[in-house]
Amino acid sequence: MKDDQRFGLNAHVKLLGPLALDGGGSLAPVEIAYESYGVLNADASNAILICHALTGDQHAASNHPITGKPGWWTRMIGPGKPIDTDRFCVISTNVIGGCMGSSGPETDSGDGTPFAMRFPVITIRDMVRAQALLMDHLGISRLHAIVGGSMGGMQAMSWAATYPDRVKATLIIASTSRHSAQNIAFHEVGRQAIMADPNWRGGDYYGGGKTPDAGLAVARMAAHITYLSEQGLTEKFGRQLQNRETKTFGFDADFQVESYLRHQGLSFTDRFDANSYLYITRAIDYWDLAEDYGGVLANAFRATKTRFCLVSFDTDWLYPTAESRTVVKALNAAGAAVSFVEIASPFGHDAFFLDVPEFDRVVDGFIRAGGL
Amino acid sequence: MTILRPDLAIISANIAPGARVLDVGCGNGDLMAALRDDKGCDARGMEIDSGNVSAAMARGLSVIQGDADVDLLDYPQAAFDYAILSQTLQTTRRPDLVLEQLLRVGRKAFVSFPNFAQWRIRVSLMWGGRMPVTQQLPARWYDTPNIHHVTIDDFRGFLKERSVSIEGQWFLSGGKTTSAAGANLLAEHAVFLLSR
Repeated sequence: MKDDQRFGLNAHVKLLGPLALDGGGSLAPVEIAYESYGVLNADASNAILICHALTGDQHAASNHPITGKPGWWTRMIGPGKPIDTDRFCVISTNVIGGCMGSSGPETDSGDGTPFAMRFPVITIRDMVRAQALLMDHLGISRLHAIVGGSMGGMQAMSWAATYPDRVKATLIIASTSRHSAQNIAFHEVGRQAIMADPNWRGGDYYGGGKTPDAGLAVARMAAHITYLSEQGLTEKFGRQLQNRETKTFGFDADFQVESYLRHQGLSFTDRFDANSYLYITRAIDYWDLAEDYGGVLANAFRATKTRFCLVSFDTDWLYPTAESRTVVKALNAAGAAVSFVEIASPFGHDAFFLDVPEFDRVVDGFIRAGGL
Repeated sequence: MTILRPDLAIISANIAPGARVLDVGCGNGDLMAALRDDKGCDARGMEIDSGNVSAAMARGLSVIQGDADVDLLDYPQAAFDYAILSQTLQTTRRPDLVLEQLLRVGRKAFVSFPNFAQWRIRVSLMWGGRMPVTQQLPARWYDTPNIHHVTIDDFRGFLKERSVSIEGQWFLSGGKTTSAAGANLLAEHAVFLLSR
């Protein structure tokens, strides 16, 4: 496998397709940017697929090419870590619709220009089908495990429902089986902020010149609030002022929390494409797993042999514990082998990226239980 | 191999190999691990304490964080060969409803509990005039999780009233089994195997 160009860092493949999409159209070719860590064994039985969240990408355990920062899950993936690259071949892909090399609004539509808003609206299941094409390409017929948090958890659920024979174990973290009205509402705020930016120009901003950074930054700021807990914000910032003794009685970022959010918004625009943000939030809004199974979530998992583990965090108000419990309930009704724990953490929805040792032990135990 | 608590050892010894088992109030998963490793059972667990759930999950067991009073409703009828409730009955809000659910989700049910009519407890209450604090029931009246104390005779009466059949019964004193005769006075713990 050493010389196999299909594996390693910064990999990219253009698959023929066509990929039939839930929205009616199709995508061909299907470009997928991905990385792998660790070595695939002879019978290709040790692959673990990592699914990223809304603004994540394939750089889960390698330095990010734009920011230079360590990957978003280096604390979980690596030699001797809970997702152990000494034992497993870990594959991390950029979802279609994304902006880090997989087919998306930024990629070539076939006529030499980017798709922009001509890119088809996609769903979580479309992302998953594209990943399945990649697994075919890599010669992996069955995944040892699939792991994802937030939108990644939706992909993991969709995998288990769509390809029950291709997934031995599914780890779903801080996720939900459907996007609620409140979730959709927050996304709509973000999309409207992007579309209200004069530089968005109907999505046609790729030719050089200005990009809708202001709109994208506001979208990120609004979303970022939903990833943190009130407790976390209070502990981190309280009402403390930013580099000043007193209030200015103006609209500068007086408060530390304002300064922090502005920074989050701005730095996000360096690494993310506004149109991708529109497409991926739309895909998440369309997410309602039960809808495809006659409105009964348990039907999505009938006769499944897959082991499941769900983890929620007590301060996550974006996808609160009740959402995980709904999935657990359905899995119990379907007779699936399921574990579930709500872990205490002050970090809100983002806890799965952060230092929560109990979470590491749970992931380690669940993965180990599958053998290898 | 972990040495099981005496009531769990009895339960484990009387479960058929390869059975599907739900351990309600499974703690850190000692019984589940024994059933999985020694008997090849498909064991699932439910536990209210998140630290215990994590510990059991770290052993590779399938455990959900849940409450016996509420979450047994989620399982289909006869989903398990055995549903187990060890040392948990007396901590539930509605033991009667929990037992109904136990016998619904399991074809058979194991129930173990500390006997509140054991003579030491009687003596303590009779002569001390205070809620007993014993080795088996070490908590004090205000911090005890045991909110529904029950005696062996209470339990038998309850089973009769609800037409639940007793398929097996074991009584423990000082970690050893004792006879059924006089169990209500002599036994510290009881283990029942029940069916509908």
